[in-house]
Amino acid sequence: MTTDFKRRQITGRGIPVTGNDIDTDRIIPARYLKAVVFEGLGEHAFEDARKQNPEHPFNSPAYRGASVLVVGQNFGCGSSREHAPQALMRWGIRAIVGGSFGEIFAGNCVMLGMPCLRASQQDIEWLQREIGRSPQASITVDVEKQEVRLGDRAIKASMPDGPRNQLVNGTWDSTSVLLEAGAAIEATAGRLPYVKGF
Amino acid sequence: MARTLLDKVWEAHTVRTLPSGQTQLLIGLHLIHEVTTPQAFQMLKELKLKVRMPERTFGTLDHIIPTADQSRPYADPEAEEMAQHMYRNMKDFNLQLFDMSTGKQGIVHVIGPELGLTQPGMTIACGDSHTSTHGAVGAIAFGIGTTQVRDVLATQCLAMAKPKLRQVRVEGSLARGVYAKDVILWIINQLGVKGGVGYAYEYAGPVIERMTMEERLTVCNMSIEGGARCGYVNPDQTTIDYLRGKPYAPSGDAFERATRWWLGGVATEPGASFDDVKRIDGARIEPVVTWGINPEMSVGVSQSIPSPEAQPEAERPTFREALAHMGFQAGQPIKGAKIDVAFVGSCTNGRLSDLRIAAEIARKGKVAKHVRALIVPGSQQVAKAAETEGLHEIFQAAGFQWRKAGCSMCLGMNDDKLRGREMSASSSNRNFIGRQGSPTGRTLLMSPAMVAAAAIAGEVADVREILR
Repeated sequence: MTTDFKRRQITGRGIPVTGNDIDTDRIIPARYLKAVVFEGLGEHAFEDARKQNPEHPFNSPAYRGASVLVVGQNFGCGSSREHAPQALMRWGIRAIVGGSFGEIFAGNCVMLGMPCLRASQQDIEWLQREIGRSPQASITVDVEKQEVRLGDRAIKASMPDGPRNQLVNGTWDSTSVLLEAGAAIEATAGRLPYVKGF
Repeated sequence: MARTLLDKVWEAHTVRTLPSGQTQLLIGLHLIHEVTTPQAFQMLKELKLKVRMPERTFGTLDHIIPTADQSRPYADPEAEEMAQHMYRNMKDFNLQLFDMSTGKQGIVHVIGPELGLTQPGMTIACGDSHTSTHGAVGAIAFGIGTTQVRDVLATQCLAMAKPKLRQVRVEGSLARGVYAKDVILWIINQLGVKGGVGYAYEYAGPVIERMTMEERLTVCNMSIEGGARCGYVNPDQTTIDYLRGKPYAPSGDAFERATRWWLGGVATEPGASFDDVKRIDGARIEPVVTWGINPEMSVGVSQSIPSPEAQPEAERPTFREALAHMGFQAGQPIKGAKIDVAFVGSCTNGRLSDLRIAAEIARKGKVAKHVRALIVPGSQQVAKAAETEGLHEIFQAAGFQWRKAGCSMCLGMNDDKLRGREMSASSSNRNFIGRQGSPTGRTLLMSPAMVAAAAIAGEVADVREILR
């Protein structure tokens, strides 16, 4: 059996989380970082926000089983905790479309094979509205073509070339790729004055 | 063409260009702590890989450890389990750990510079977003996630794209009662929490050049709050004076050779160009206090909380959410806002100079009866130096609790948490909802001097009136 690492297209139902600057503390509170494994984080995604707001989309049965998260600007800002994308992934999210992303968060998502694509504010609002209207509708996040399709409409959604290539080509599991450099790693280190002892 | 520090450090650490187009970047210093590493070590074990350059990784315990009673086993079984994993992993992979028994334990971003591990011209990574702190000595330092920690352990490299570079120039000079924390909070206020996305920040200008190393560490620490993954200050005489004699800094002739490289081979060259330049007038900065739920939502202490209607439409819902969470009204002055808790500490403001400033204010009064006030030194070495100066006695006499080193109430992973809707005056870096350990807790970020002033007044006060 082979695992397919290629992430060219992700198709599934959507879930909208509105608002800007949603930080990783909000996605997963720090108390859930007191564990030596990532298992079980899914059920705690947005836990405090869900308790404080019964209307939170992660509480709604209509969005259960959704895999495409649609968010606002600067989603995932703040702490570098990988527990945030881990919690979303373990909840069932496979791709995120948003206005913009905290950079460490977006990098962590790539490490898990979960693309974060950026779309215009106008398109994000349209997407969130449409999902709210028909939560059962199927959405396709096309990483290769850099677009998101819903119904008969396709919106532009981009991500930087480097991580996009990693996802499309299935090379996002970076340890094996980095190891391929072999002795060039030691050679680079050996040229650095602080490694040589000045 | 004149080159920037970012250009030079990036080039020197480039192993190769990856098929994806990213850079395979060598990481010169890897710092680790107990919270974001156990899963990385587990992955390494499953892949049957070793640590590639064990001499370039150093660890400490900071996030989950108690700051009151540190005797083992810790009262919190989860904290104890994380500590045990850290000890086991460091031993299994033959890595150096600065634990309590070494006298060198502390918040990872406090001990790196104070031990001289952090040096100009390095690339530094750590599974913590505040790794940007280390840029203060002229390093390119970024926070990473746990799977990337695995990459650094296994390969000493990361797959990264080179960021754009923005120079942030702080011109003029600062007024009395205005500190490095106010400078960075004001930069974030002006450029926004999303303003730095895609950029590294080079901090420059007369205000930055005159800053001590500890002040520069405070500024670079909060680069990430401005959206910039890393921020740095060019190495200069202040950097050299700071590093001389540090245990892990080069010594003797090697130090002199290092100095020549830091100044001549690392620092940005005159005439280098930037993708963007922003100027901040230092003279116009007053003590800054956040009123909302992200670090951009701040005002000068003499100002009032802004109205959502004055914001661009897309930002209004977040503003309204912030006012509702904080229990504030638009137009309300921030000065006089009642507090329940005061916290001086964290990787932002837990160094000796921060404690000295807070002690100077603490000398002038007593903590208000309704306020719980904590002083948490950033490291064992900071604690020891402060105690040698008698700062702990000043704090205790004024009614502050004097604690042991750790991250503490910055993120509430130990017992130091807000309770219910408590309002905290905090020298830490994040005012996110729930950040300080209570889902409904509230945080006002400010300088250590302002925290001490608030502790005494029992409400947000203007430290300039106390210093007058």
